[in-house]
Amino acid sequence: MTAIDERPAPPEAPEERERKALRISWIDLFLWGIRIAAIIVIVFGLFGSISKFVAGEGLTAQGWRDLIVSSLAQGAMYGLLALGYSMVYGVLGFINFAHGEVFMSGTMVGFIAANWLFENGVWTSNPFLAMFLVLIVAMITSTLVAVLVERIAYKPLRGAPRLIPLITSIGMSFFLQYTFGGLFGVGFNTYPPPPEVIAGSVNIFGIDVRSTQLTVIIIAILSMIGLWYFVTRTRSGRAMRAVAEDKEIAGLMGINVDRTIVLVFAVGGAMAGVAAMMWSLLFRSVNFFAGFLPGVKAFTAAVLGGIGNIAGAMGGGVLLGLFEGVGPLLILGGLGIPGVSQLKDAVAFIALVLVLIFRPSGLFGERLGSEDRV
Amino acid sequence: MTTVTTSPPRTASERSPVDRAVMRRVLRVGVLAGGVMVYTAAIGMFQTFNDKEIIDPILSLSYLVLFAIPAVAGASFSKRVAIEGIETEPLSTLDIAKAAIAGAIAGVVVALFALLVDLFPDLRGTFPKLGPQMVRLLTLEYSVASGFIVLPAISAVAAGAGAAFAWIPERIRRPLLLAGASIPVLSMFEPLVDDLFDEIPAITDFLYSPAGALTITSSIVVALVVAGVSYYLRQRDPIIKKRLSQSADVSVRRRTTIVLAIIAILAFVVLPQFLGGIMNELLTNVGLFALMALGLNVVLGFAGLLDLGYVAFFAVGAYTTGVLTSPLSPTWDPVLSWWFAFPAVVVAAVLAGLMVGTPVLRMRGDYLAIVTLGFGEIVRILLLSDWLSPYFGGAQGIRSIPGIPVAGTQVNATSPELMIYAVLVFVFIAVYVSWRLEDSRIGRAWAALREDEDVAEAVGVDTVKAKLLAFVTGAVIASFAGALFAAKVGTVFTNSFQILVSIIILVIVIVGGMGSLPGVVVGALVLIGILGGPNQPGLLQEFGEFKLLIYGALLVYMMLKRPEGLLPSVRRQRELHQDEFLQDAWLDKGEGDEPQSPGPSVAEPGGQA
Repeated sequence: MTAIDERPAPPEAPEERERKALRISWIDLFLWGIRIAAIIVIVFGLFGSISKFVAGEGLTAQGWRDLIVSSLAQGAMYGLLALGYSMVYGVLGFINFAHGEVFMSGTMVGFIAANWLFENGVWTSNPFLAMFLVLIVAMITSTLVAVLVERIAYKPLRGAPRLIPLITSIGMSFFLQYTFGGLFGVGFNTYPPPPEVIAGSVNIFGIDVRSTQLTVIIIAILSMIGLWYFVTRTRSGRAMRAVAEDKEIAGLMGINVDRTIVLVFAVGGAMAGVAAMMWSLLFRSVNFFAGFLPGVKAFTAAVLGGIGNIAGAMGGGVLLGLFEGVGPLLILGGLGIPGVSQLKDAVAFIALVLVLIFRPSGLFGERLGSEDRV
Repeated sequence: MTTVTTSPPRTASERSPVDRAVMRRVLRVGVLAGGVMVYTAAIGMFQTFNDKEIIDPILSLSYLVLFAIPAVAGASFSKRVAIEGIETEPLSTLDIAKAAIAGAIAGVVVALFALLVDLFPDLRGTFPKLGPQMVRLLTLEYSVASGFIVLPAISAVAAGAGAAFAWIPERIRRPLLLAGASIPVLSMFEPLVDDLFDEIPAITDFLYSPAGALTITSSIVVALVVAGVSYYLRQRDPIIKKRLSQSADVSVRRRTTIVLAIIAILAFVVLPQFLGGIMNELLTNVGLFALMALGLNVVLGFAGLLDLGYVAFFAVGAYTTGVLTSPLSPTWDPVLSWWFAFPAVVVAAVLAGLMVGTPVLRMRGDYLAIVTLGFGEIVRILLLSDWLSPYFGGAQGIRSIPGIPVAGTQVNATSPELMIYAVLVFVFIAVYVSWRLEDSRIGRAWAALREDEDVAEAVGVDTVKAKLLAFVTGAVIASFAGALFAAKVGTVFTNSFQILVSIIILVIVIVGGMGSLPGVVVGALVLIGILGGPNQPGLLQEFGEFKLLIYGALLVYMMLKRPEGLLPSVRRQRELHQDEFLQDAWLDKGEGDEPQSPGPSVAEPGGQA
């Protein structure tokens, strides 16, 4: 929105300008109408939920706490996935629609590893080693797929108009989906049940937290620390930031831009692999279509956190997870709408639409190079 | 295995860096081709295609596709990229040798894969397509060990033939290619031919075996006829071209276009009479998708706005028709006829277009794509939900929607030969409207908007109005398709409005050519006719399982190689190849621009589906 305000106004006839002012205000009115409607819905929903809670209907306090923790875990997963979107957008300025499928490839190949480990007894006898191996397999797969996609589909398109790589990535996304559908069959594959060690729940500050969810949150924090160290403290990380700021000048400074871009895809892919392992802990069942919805939601998270902003992506992921997990029950349930769980994805999509309309630069600000800010 | 390590040096007379580069290239092409061959088998495409015979006892589609891969790879060795001022290397027998070695490497890769699958039968647990049947087919029913001889041999021959193809003089090459292509095409379009010559069984009996493929005799006859005709036409080609170019003034060319258009219209009007129910059904689907593609073409092709939730407007049209006309629609009591519901459909579509268009007015192009995708999914989820099921029927949808009442009969799926006319009428309306809009004031405003929004605004284009009009026009055209669809199938439920539909329409527009009306219509005809829509079968049932894979691959391929589409609109092509055109103009220094054939577009030999 700011981009429009900054643009020098074209010279116009007075009556033309008057008409224009009128029209802008008409659009603004419409947008304000949406804002106000959204606020009214949220306020009434909250009020309804609170009055229900006070009256002792609906979820108990423990139920709400569980919901929040599981939403947090899911949000951490979205956050790791959002990193891939955010970094690629920051460097190349386009939405890598196929990133959801990079994630899906990790869950699918991770399933093979998990199944093999389960059949050979490692899953139960040495659960941490098993989970670590699954994590490594998922990360390697996702990294490879991400780099391969970049090599085949995006590298020839440097400098093309923005929509062209976006359309390419949509094509790549479908190609990958049905490749994996062909390879693994279209049915659902179910991971073995989580090992005994993390099957129960842990009490933290008086709240019972399921261990799988706690594991997911811990892995997310560790990966974020690792990524932060990589981006801010290593040479390659500095190269990445330089390329994101300005490719041409970075090239002049002796940075191998092509290799750095591959590195961005590799790091994004590795994070998607971590997210894939988290998915296996949280949901267990995977099929070739498992990447689409998490992908779109993670993109929402990336925009919510300010695209190109690495810390923002994680924050956006957690926020979106909370909104999607708690929102339907808290707001729509409060309005007395039946079957709210069916509307979970719709809530995520509404969040996407609202964020892109009203806050396209995100809550924490975008970090984009000069040419991508338009 | 040994062929891999020892064969490349045979081509290299001396071990200079150049030779090593050649060796690496041979190895890379060979392994890549082998990888693609393995891929077709691993996803099950190869096995599925085995059910379709091309020449009845001797060749099935599976082997045709499998060995077309090394042939295409081999042809790359005799491809020469002409660079200004540098002499190209002449073709040599060495090229054929290189291609043959690469082909052999590809064959070894495939044989290794077969061996791997044979050694580890457990793989089948996770990869359902790998199994003894695949190994048997891959090794051409020989043992796995002899596969190491047979597969490299055939692949090497195929690759060598692919490379040798460039040696054939241009005059003969084309008829040969056409004759070669005509056999698989005729064989795969057996249902269509069967349907067309329903009355004259002698033709189909001669052409096809009971399995629905050409026989050896008929394929030889077909090849000879096609080659002969194309050779003869090619001789006459310069004369025809000359006659056309001599009458280069606009009025004559315009007349030719109009005559061609009338012939096309007549063909469309007459053809359904000769076709059976299945073909008319197929063409009806083609028409519906063409209609939607024409609508998206206005939004994407003309105005440059990528709408990924385009299916939502289709859903609006279908559900409005359903709710208003069905006696079983949950809350709406009065049952209207289709004709009275139609104005309401248009109004609903206009409103939907404004609802989607207004919030996204100030958005970046790529964010717009994602927001529209979000809108499309929201509409689908809401229509499916229990919350709105009292209005739209939820998962059950709306049933018993009557057809279009025309002169006392109901036009719906039970009368496909009438339905097709209803669809055609709307396709013609959409084509006419788009054609008139393209060069109108608003069409030029769209073109300006598409090229540069800031500049468009600066020169006085009302961008808000232009964008909203694009959305509304697109929405109304899609709602036509929705209204027809509802009347045709009689039931609307959300399964028909998945995001896949949006993507397939996008593929049609991209493949045909953004902004090009003939491109979009032909794109719909070819893609939906041959491969089919998400829930609609196409002519080639064998591809059913893989059509979405092919659509995805097509999208990537088109964006990489020909972003302007197969039948590009001239203006759009200039935009997408602006730097090349500037370069050409600079090189030619005003020798007159030739907007055709940008870049090295190479005709692909072999029947790549």
